[in-house]
Amino acid sequence: MTVPLLSLQGLTKAYPGVVANDTVTFDIGEGEVHALLGENGAGKSTLVKMIYGLVKPDSGQMLLRGQPYAPPEPRAARGDGIAMVFQHFSLFDALNVSENIALGMENPPPMKDLATRIREVSEAYGLPLDPYRTVGDLSAGERQRVEIIRCLLQDPKLLIMDEPTSVLTPQEVEILFQTLQKLRSEGTSILYISHKLEEIRTLCDHATILRLGKNVGECTPAETSARDMAELMVGSTLHTPERSGREFGAAAMDVSGLSVPSPSAFGTALKNVHLTVRKGEVLGIGGVAGNGQDELLNVLSGETVTEADAVKLNGEAIGQLGPVARRRLGVLAAPEERLGHAAAPDMSLTENAMLTGSVRQNLETNGFLNWGAAKEFAETVIKSFDVRTPGPENAARSLSGGNLQKFVIGREVLQDPDVLVVNQPTWGVDAAAAADIRQSLLDLAAKGAAVICISQDLDELMEISDSFAALNEGRLSAPRPAAGLTVDEIGLMLGGAHGMEVAHD
Amino acid sequence: MDLSAINPVLLIASLMVAATPILLAAIGELVVEKAGVLNLGVEGMMIIGAIGGFAITVETGSPWLGFIASAACGAVFSLLFVLLTQVAQANQVASGLALTLFGLGLSALLGQSYVGIKPPQMGKLEIPFLSDLPVIGPILFGHDPILYIGIALTAGVWALLKYSRVGLVLRAVGENHDAAHALGYKVVRIRILAIMFGGACAGLGGAYISLIRVPQWTEGMTAGVGWIALALVVFSSWKPWRALLGAYLFGGITVVQLNLQAAGVAIPVEYLAMSPYVITIIVLVILSADKSSAPAALGRNFHASR
Repeated sequence: MTVPLLSLQGLTKAYPGVVANDTVTFDIGEGEVHALLGENGAGKSTLVKMIYGLVKPDSGQMLLRGQPYAPPEPRAARGDGIAMVFQHFSLFDALNVSENIALGMENPPPMKDLATRIREVSEAYGLPLDPYRTVGDLSAGERQRVEIIRCLLQDPKLLIMDEPTSVLTPQEVEILFQTLQKLRSEGTSILYISHKLEEIRTLCDHATILRLGKNVGECTPAETSARDMAELMVGSTLHTPERSGREFGAAAMDVSGLSVPSPSAFGTALKNVHLTVRKGEVLGIGGVAGNGQDELLNVLSGETVTEADAVKLNGEAIGQLGPVARRRLGVLAAPEERLGHAAAPDMSLTENAMLTGSVRQNLETNGFLNWGAAKEFAETVIKSFDVRTPGPENAARSLSGGNLQKFVIGREVLQDPDVLVVNQPTWGVDAAAAADIRQSLLDLAAKGAAVICISQDLDELMEISDSFAALNEGRLSAPRPAAGLTVDEIGLMLGGAHGMEVAHD
Repeated sequence: MDLSAINPVLLIASLMVAATPILLAAIGELVVEKAGVLNLGVEGMMIIGAIGGFAITVETGSPWLGFIASAACGAVFSLLFVLLTQVAQANQVASGLALTLFGLGLSALLGQSYVGIKPPQMGKLEIPFLSDLPVIGPILFGHDPILYIGIALTAGVWALLKYSRVGLVLRAVGENHDAAHALGYKVVRIRILAIMFGGACAGLGGAYISLIRVPQWTEGMTAGVGWIALALVVFSSWKPWRALLGAYLFGGITVVQLNLQAAGVAIPVEYLAMSPYVITIIVLVILSADKSSAPAALGRNFHASR
C-alpha cells in the first residue's frame, strides 16, 4: 500500500460550547480529488483551517507523506506545499492582481517577473488574467482565478478549495473543473469542499462526510446517488419542496424602464430593467454576484427611491415611497447581507422582529412600542422556522449564519406579504433548512402572494420558480417560463463565461 | 501699506520652515492610516515630542539629542494608544481623543520649569558655494537638517509604500485585515509598528516647533497643527507627495498672511488668520475627488477570532 499524501488521525478541536471536530480520521491520496461533504456547522471549515495552520488541533495528528506535520502558521503550510483557495475570497480590493498574488507568496520575484509568470501560468491553465488590473473591478469568477493562480504559482502538492463554485456561472464551473482535472493529471491532490452533490459526483474520486464534527462515512461519489449522500450529510431523509399547480392572478408588482446608478463605487448600475410578477407567481432572478442584485433589491424594497412610475404595485405608482410605506402596502424584502442589512447584529431577536414587523404586526401604537407583542412575534418566528437559539432575548450576532437566515426569512414570510422580495434566501443554510425555507416561499405563493427570489443558486431557482430571468451587468433578461430550461440556456442568459477559455492540453 | 517690504526669497524660505511640523506629523499619520488605524492623538503626540525634545536639548545642550529624544517620546507615548486599541480593543476615535487631551495636560505639567528658557540652536546646513547662490541658496540650501529629513521622509514613505514588500503588506493590512491574517501576516504587530512610527514622526514635528520654528516652550504651543496634519492626510487621499503639497500650501499661506498683516493690508485680521485653513481645505477637497482611495479597514479594530 502506498503512503497517502496527507493522513489525518483523530483530529479534535473544541471551541467553548461546541466540539467543531471530534476525532476526524481520513487519508488523502496522491493525485486524488477528495471531497469533504457536510452541512453548515459540520466542522468542514475548522478542519481545513487546521490543515492550513490557521487553527491548532486540541489532539490528534497529521502525517504528510508519512512525516509528522503540524504547521504553526499558514506560512509553514505553504512551505510544505499546501495551498488554499478561500470560500470568502481573501483578496484586497484596492490592490492589483500581481500585488495580491505577491502577498500570498513566500519569496515573490520582482513585480515585472511576477507579472510575466502570472500570464504564463494563467494561460497554461486556461484562466486568462491581466496582472495589472485592480481586483475591485474584477468579476467573482476572475477573483477566484486570482486565488487559484496564487496557489498554482507555488507548485502545491495539495490544493484545498472551499466551496469554489458557489459564485460561478455554469460555464465558469466547467472551465474550473477542466483546470482541476489537468492539475490532477499532473499529480496534484485536491481537497474539495462543497455541498453541491452533483459537482462532487462528476469531479471527485473519493468523499468523506462530516456531520456535527464527526466523520460519519466515506463513499465513492461516482457510485453513490446524490440523495444518498445528502441523507448521510443530514442524518435523516430529505423532503423535496412540493409545488402545487396554481393559477396566477393579476400583475402584483410591475417595474418598467428602470435605470438607477449604483450608490457605491464598486457597485453596478441598473440599466433599463423591466419586470412583472403576478399574484401567486414565483419569479426567479439568477446571476453571478455583483451584477446588480443588491441594487435591484434596494429598488424593490424602497431603500433606493426612483421615479414614481418606475415601480408599480397593483397599478399604483410606488417608486417614491420608502421601505416603511411600502411595508404598509404589503411589499416586504429580505436582503442578502444578514448582519447589518437584514438584521441589526447587536440587537436582540425581539428588537429585530420589532424593526421590520412594527407596521404590519401592529407592534406600535401612537409611537409607543408594544414589546410584549414583539416578543410573541419573535417567538412565533423562532418556533415556526425552527430557529435554534435559547430565546428571543439573544443578540442576532450570536446566531449561526444559517439560523439567522431562517429567522430573517421567517420574519418576513409570517407578516403575510403581498409581494416578497428575497435575495439569496438559503445562502449558508444547510440542506434540510434550505428545503424548509423554499417550501415556505412556495406556500406563500400558493396563498396568492407574488414572490421575487434573487439567487445565485440555480438549482434553487429551478426548484421553486415559475419564471426565470437573468441579471447581467445591471441588465435583466426577459423572463422565460422556468419549466424546461436547460443549464446551457441559463448559462447563456447569465452572459456566458466572462472571457474564459478551456484549459489547453 | 507697503507690499515691497515683503521679500519673496525670505518668504519662500520661511514657508518651508512653517510647513515642516505639519509635514512630519502628516507623513507619520499617513503610514498609520495606511495600516488601517485612525489615530486622532497626533496633537497629543506632537506636544509630548515638543516638550520632550525641548527638555533634553536644554539639559544636554545638543539639539540632535533633543530631536532623537522627541521621536522616542512620541513613539513611547503612542504606546498608550497601542495598549488601548490593539490590546484592549478600545474604540480608536475615543482613544485618539484621549491621547490628545492627556498629552496636552501632561506636557503642561512637564514643561513648567522650562517656560521662558531659550534652547541651544541647531546650526543651519552650510554648503560651500551652493548656500551662497543668490535666490536658490537661501531657498534650497540654507535650512536646518530636520527640514531636509522631512522631505527625505516623504520620499522614503512614498517609495516604501509603492515599491517595497513591507509597504505592500502594510497596505494589505489596512485594506482587509481579515484576509491579511488568513494569509499569515501579523496584523496587530504590523499596526503597532506603524502606530509607533506615526508617534515618532509626530514627536519630531512637535520638537521642530519648540526648537526651531518658535523656539521656546509655551503651554499648548502646537496650537492645532496636529489636527491640520490629520485633515491633510485625508484630503491628500493618502498620497505622500500630495501631503507635502498641502503642508507647503498651508505653511505658505500662513507666512503670506502674517506678512500681509505686518504690511497693513486693509483686510480684517480675522479673515487673514483664517485664510490658511480655508484655502488649504478648498484646494485639497478639489484634489481629493477620487474618494475610493481610503484604506478599507480604516478605524476598524482587528480581533483574530475563529
